[in-house]
Amino acid sequence: MAEHTHAHKDEHEHHGPRFYFKIYLVLLVLLVVSIIGPELNNRVLTLITAFGIAIVKALMVAAYFMHLKVEKKYIWYMLYTMLLMVFLFFLGTAADVMKSDGNNWTNESAHRLIDQHKGNAPAEH
Amino acid sequence: MGMQTPVATGRSVTGIPTGRLAVWWIVGSEIVIFGGLLMYYIMLRNKFDFWSESSAHTNTFAGALNTFILLTSSLFIVMAHYYAEQKDHIKSFKYIWATIGGGLCFLLVKSMEWTFEIMSGYTITSELFWSFYYTAAGIHAVHVIAGMVIMGIISFDVLQRKNMHRVELIGIYWHFVDIVWIFLFPLLYIAK
Repeated sequence: MAEHTHAHKDEHEHHGPRFYFKIYLVLLVLLVVSIIGPELNNRVLTLITAFGIAIVKALMVAAYFMHLKVEKKYIWYMLYTMLLMVFLFFLGTAADVMKSDGNNWTNESAHRLIDQHKGNAPAEH
Repeated sequence: MGMQTPVATGRSVTGIPTGRLAVWWIVGSEIVIFGGLLMYYIMLRNKFDFWSESSAHTNTFAGALNTFILLTSSLFIVMAHYYAEQKDHIKSFKYIWATIGGGLCFLLVKSMEWTFEIMSGYTITSELFWSFYYTAAGIHAVHVIAGMVIMGIISFDVLQRKNMHRVELIGIYWHFVDIVWIFLFPLLYIAK
């Protein structure tokens, strides 16, 4: 039983229906901004409003709704490790996936796809 | 107290209750699954210029509506957790079912959206973007369904004042499902 009354002592200030509702309202405002921002057709603004805000929203949900803000550091380290794994996956495969040619190799199916779209080939659907 | 509780349930080397630790490990493994998908998106989006032509056909309103629904359901499940801690099992039960309702609304919007897209000819095999779209959104939808089923089971325990701490556990999972959608929304509906 004692285990369940886990040490969320400073949680009181970040706890309760009113507090959660405030966070929810902030999340909704951010959602509206993330929809309106890209409508201005500015690439940088789109990146900031769509993806930057997505990161902020995700952090808010994690910090306040998942109570990660008051969770033990062990969990943080574990999550960081998983994110590192994803990053390693990216580093390990990006060079091959993102290029269509290299020394002594060529990705013919990627070239076919690009040619198909350059030539405005009829869509398959 | 705890005579019938399995040893592993009460043991805690990390100081974190075993159930909560297990859910965090599930979340950790899910980060690798969905993180891999997101990385795949970034790589192909940058490689193929025509990607944006396909993604221009997704319905931003449906995506935004579903984001709103999932954010609202996240609020509901954190409220259910709060009332479970307050030992108010009736309110906790109601909020759990409000969350399940949110999940149902999400799936309803998604199924209508998919029906429209498939009828318009955009299927999982019609284009690279659509393969990603149906795979990512499909895996996410399966997680939504799993969360709803688990919540349904937990809710009846809550009604009997049993295992109230499980509301927090399913809450962590549900918020993670919400976070995944928070990233899928700009990728599938905004970055056109």
